[in-house]
Amino acid sequence: MEQARSGAGEIPHAGGAPGADDVGVPAPSDEDLRRFLPGVEPERRLDDWGRSEAVERALDRTVGDFLYRYWFRCEVEGAENVPSAGGALLAANHTGVLSPGAGIIAKALREEHPHAREVSVPVRRSLRGAPGVSMLLPKVGCVSAHPANVQRLLDDEQRIVLMFPEGAGGGEKLYRDRYRLRPFGRGGFVEAAARGRVPIVPVCVVGAEEVAPVFARLPLLGRLTGLPRVPVTPTFPHLGPLGLVAYLPAKFRVRFLEPIEVERSAIDRDRGLLQSVSDEVRTRIQENLLDMLRTRGSVWLG
Amino acid sequence: MSSRRVLIIGLSSYWGGRLAAALEARPEIDAVVGVDSEDPTRELGRTEFVRVGTQHGLLRRIVEAAEIDTVVDARLVVDSVAASPRSAHENNVMGTMNILAACSGEDSPVRKLVLKSSAHYYGAEQDDPAFFTEGMERPHPPRTPLEHDIVEAEAAVLDHAAKRPDTCVSILRFANVLGPDVRTSHTALFALPAVPTILGFDPRYQFVHEDDVVGALSHAVEHDLPGIFNVGADGVLALSEVAHLLGKRLAPVIPPWGTGAGLAVLGRLGVRVPPEMRRQLRFGRGLDNRRLKATGFTYRLTTRETVLEQAEHMRLHPFTRGAQEPFRYEREVEDFLHRSPNVRRPEPIVRSLSPREVTGPRRLVDGRGGDDGRGAVENGGRESPPPVEHYDDLDPGEIASLLDSLEPQDLEALGEYERSARARPGVVTAIETALDRRARRAARPRDGAAHRT
Repeated sequence: MEQARSGAGEIPHAGGAPGADDVGVPAPSDEDLRRFLPGVEPERRLDDWGRSEAVERALDRTVGDFLYRYWFRCEVEGAENVPSAGGALLAANHTGVLSPGAGIIAKALREEHPHAREVSVPVRRSLRGAPGVSMLLPKVGCVSAHPANVQRLLDDEQRIVLMFPEGAGGGEKLYRDRYRLRPFGRGGFVEAAARGRVPIVPVCVVGAEEVAPVFARLPLLGRLTGLPRVPVTPTFPHLGPLGLVAYLPAKFRVRFLEPIEVERSAIDRDRGLLQSVSDEVRTRIQENLLDMLRTRGSVWLG
Repeated sequence: MSSRRVLIIGLSSYWGGRLAAALEARPEIDAVVGVDSEDPTRELGRTEFVRVGTQHGLLRRIVEAAEIDTVVDARLVVDSVAASPRSAHENNVMGTMNILAACSGEDSPVRKLVLKSSAHYYGAEQDDPAFFTEGMERPHPPRTPLEHDIVEAEAAVLDHAAKRPDTCVSILRFANVLGPDVRTSHTALFALPAVPTILGFDPRYQFVHEDDVVGALSHAVEHDLPGIFNVGADGVLALSEVAHLLGKRLAPVIPPWGTGAGLAVLGRLGVRVPPEMRRQLRFGRGLDNRRLKATGFTYRLTTRETVLEQAEHMRLHPFTRGAQEPFRYEREVEDFLHRSPNVRRPEPIVRSLSPREVTGPRRLVDGRGGDDGRGAVENGGRESPPPVEHYDDLDPGEIASLLDSLEPQDLEALGEYERSARARPGVVTAIETALDRRARRAARPRDGAAHRT
């Protein structure tokens, strides 16, 4: 994370001519730099991140609508907790490459939020090296999970970023561990929010962990194919690649919780705060998950 | 400090020539000297060409004799198709070291060093951020000889900057250049009937127009920009978008696995993809250009407009090809034009100044107003203060840029006044430096820069 902020190309001791403090150019601050972001060119088909509005809209109107309305019958609470302006970091419970959770959260914000905000999702960096995938992911709003990318999205461009603090472990959870949050690591997402000066909005998703339940993992096949993990689900691998997107029709509930503000200066003073805020977010998500599960009658009908 | 006497190293490179032409047109630049081991490729006006490579002893004599205060190094090879790895290394690393040696003497007059570097410094890797900022190291060690050279050359320049804190060192890292006059591996690729790509990848590309390259270099000469700056136009396009704007199809003919073999086949067919471009075709690269913009530089074109202009040029190219004779440098003719007393030379300042350039001097000149008796500076009269309201309106930068046009006694009066009134240390030192330079210039007979009419 440090490398994202470290000096903007200063040369140590390079002071210029005598009196350069008067004649030279002062080092710009972060606020200044925000003014110099490139303008939007309406003729462009993609934005600077490679995101394509056309592809997104097409997906949204077909697959997105179908899954959101009819297949998962998604119910959303608390969308107003996501700020209407400015950046925000959404922290949600488990979803993996296989799970439609990220897409559904993005769709929920688009449908239920008064300002229909778009969500960017950092995905693991190795996906940039995967042919085909690397081409498609940016088009639908995924960015490489580099601290500098998250920082630019949150602080400079004031966008909404969705993260899964359980990390890779979240996607590897077996069916019997569902809705039990994994540890949140070193609190990287808290640091990202603090450095980006945005609130953290915890998000609870119920249903995502039943649509593609993972009964087992095949590490050997994973090693042979080079994929990060090869799960055994009701439909995969025996239905082939199609099984990856064949979801069971579980009922989805998404709940956005109250935002949590983190002071950037406080983080700089006390690194321990990262851990405590991270624990706080985790506790809130876990409690709300249990609350939602308590009132859920059926996995399929909600 | 604003530059007065500029040495361009690599004058015969395209950039050296363009920059010289741009600096010549600026009246506040007293002298433009260019060196290269080959003859210039563009017609130049008052620029003096000296045929010398990067031998530091010779360069140093030129620098000292001509009292060069600004050295611009426009000579780095940033496309490995242009030179063999060995000669590129010789040029990029050894050459840079020699140039640094030439301006690092104890009493060297050089106060500013501008290096034209390349965004190949960052490479292109899977782990890259979407936008490189100047402070970022590259995530992996350089992979290709060219990247190695650029990293090494920059390191040497940074080392020089650390050792000589009174020199303003600017490193400009340019994105891939497009424009009607430049030939790069990318323009060659885009000139094909279809743009070959790696199957399954749509890399992000940022370009900069050739005019903006020259603009950024002369911006660095005009202003003090200590540090590293990315230079790339606004907007990062996907290669598919670039091809669309160029009116070309994408041909995903390079396999994602065994890319090297695929490129070897392409090479046989005449499409040379240099090693540093391979990873760019896979992962692409974006630069954060805000730091340079924050210093007041504005790009003429965005990346999209740059590509569109390239498209226009490519459509026109079949009709204009070969219409212009390439420039041939004839030493005798140039010598005659430069030195013969029979050549009629225009008055030193004939160019009309831009409004922004005019305001500064105009305000001072108005303030000094010869006819109404307020011209205390001109009379050397220290008893009556210089025109207070006008002089005080000027920025330190504007004052500094005016100093060299003043007479010594005016300078002294101005210094006196500044010390008594506002005593801004920068201005006072600038005036003292200017005076000091006059004194030295008067005392020392000069040989190298004798030609100034």
